[in-house]
This record gives sequence, structure tokens and C-alpha cells, in this order.
Amino acid sequence: MSEHDYSRCQSLLASLSEYVDGTLGEELCADIESHIAGCRDCHIVVDTLRKTIHLYHTTTAEGASVPEVVRERLYRTLNLEDYLT
Amino acid sequence: MSENTFKVVSIEALRSGDRLEFACLVEAYSGQIYRLALKMLGQPQDAEDVLQNTFLKAFQHIQGFEGRSSLSTWLYRIASNEALMLIRRKRPETPLVDLTPDEEEGDSFAPVNLADWCCLPEDELLTSEGRLRLDQAIQRLPEKLRIVFLLRDIEGLSIDETGQALDLSETAVKTRLLRARLRLREDLSAYYAERLGERRK
Repeated sequence: MSEHDYSRCQSLLASLSEYVDGTLGEELCADIESHIAGCRDCHIVVDTLRKTIHLYHTTTAEGASVPEVVRERLYRTLNLEDYLT
Repeated sequence: MSENTFKVVSIEALRSGDRLEFACLVEAYSGQIYRLALKMLGQPQDAEDVLQNTFLKAFQHIQGFEGRSSLSTWLYRIASNEALMLIRRKRPETPLVDLTPDEEEGDSFAPVNLADWCCLPEDELLTSEGRLRLDQAIQRLPEKLRIVFLLRDIEGLSIDETGQALDLSETAVKTRLLRARLRLREDLSAYYAERLGERRK
């Protein structure tokens, strides 16, 4: 991030999570957008951060399941084996 | 996680000891609790221990559930504590997770890897090796960042719910989440930059 005022890049980083989540206030959003329009490095950080989160969300959306043997042992431990289907 | 995804579990029925209702609770939430434990601990046997202990404790303490948080947040709170306690038991030399204030860590925010790998198509990003790398990157996070990332970004709790589950302030959750995400970005960037390099050869 040598082409720009490094402290500016650094200060915007603190708001990046909320920026990519869409929960940042309008004014700070505009600040970030104006900065990344002229700072390629920060632009890449924003894009790859967003993509990182997206990849985790994508794999998570594929579901959560308990292996059948683990499920059976869980129900037995809890004395709920009558309800195993 | 949205509570609307599942059949609404009656807290009154749980408190009265209704076993069928408890089976419904287990059926509705065991997948998420197991996923959290597995990604937190990295070992199926440890994850199973946490899964069982979470529901055993939920059974034992349902009378004390006051409804200040949602049922799912309460279960995540029990599971998070169980997972963190298991980590401490296995590595007693590890400092207690929350003793170090965030601002004293000297943890740099500055990104190092600036490869632009967003252009890689999704099927190249999510190969079986890529998926393994995603999981390994989570495992490399310090525990206190890992648990925040898992609750917020994998289990989908809000910032407020994550704070309730871990007894953390909103500011602490946000700080840890940002640090976790930036570390993961760094880790994945190192991996995908190599894939990008191979592609250009």
C-alpha cells in the first residue's frame, strides 16, 4: 500500500467488516468507496475479503448433518433412543 | 441461524420434562452444534463429546433458561463453553482464552498478500483441496478469534447474539471478527495466489 497515505488505508481497514456486511453508516461507506476507487491495493483487500466470506457462506449453506452413528450414540446417551427414526 | 427454520420448540414443554419435545430440540439443533464443535476442535471424537455434553447440560439446566436469549443462542453458548473447556483440558498450558484484552495483542491489521484471486471461477476455488484449505485456515485461527468467526459467519448469529453466547461486548465481537476475517483472507490469498500462478503458466 505504498502509493497512498498508509495511515488512511489502515484506518479504513478497521471498518471493513461492517462495510462488507452492509452495516456501515452511509458516510463511512462513501469514505471507503472513494478511497478504494483510487487505491488498487485496498480494492483487492475488499474484494478478496468479500470473496473469503462468500466462500465460507457457500460451503456452510450446503448444510449441517450429524453422521448417523454419532446421532445414534447421542440419542442413546440422552435416553431418547425411542425417538430415533 | 433462524429459529424459523425449525419446528418451534416449546420451552414450557421442555421445562415440564416432555421427552418428545426434547427429541425435537435435539433433532432441530444437533447438526449445527456438531458443525460448530467439529470446526472449532478439528477432531470428530472431540466434536461428538461436545455435542453430547451440550445436550446433557441443556437437559440439566433447562429450568434455569430464562429466555433472555433465544434457545439457539443458549445452546450455542453451552456448546462454545464446552469446546473451549475441552481445548483447555487438552492443553492446560494455554492461557485462558479471554484474559488478554484485544488491544494488547499487537495483532497487526495490515494485509500482506495482495494477490487478486477473485477472478478464479467458483469451481476452481471450491475444489476438494480448496475446501480442505478453508477448514485448515479456520483451524489456524487463535481460539478466541475462531469461535467468534464460527458463531457469526458459519452459524449465522448476529453480532449481538455472538456477544450473548460468549459474554463479550459488541465492540469485542466486532474486533475479533474483523481480525479473524482478515487472517482468513490472508491465508486463502496465499493459497489461491499459487493457483492463480499455476493457471497463468
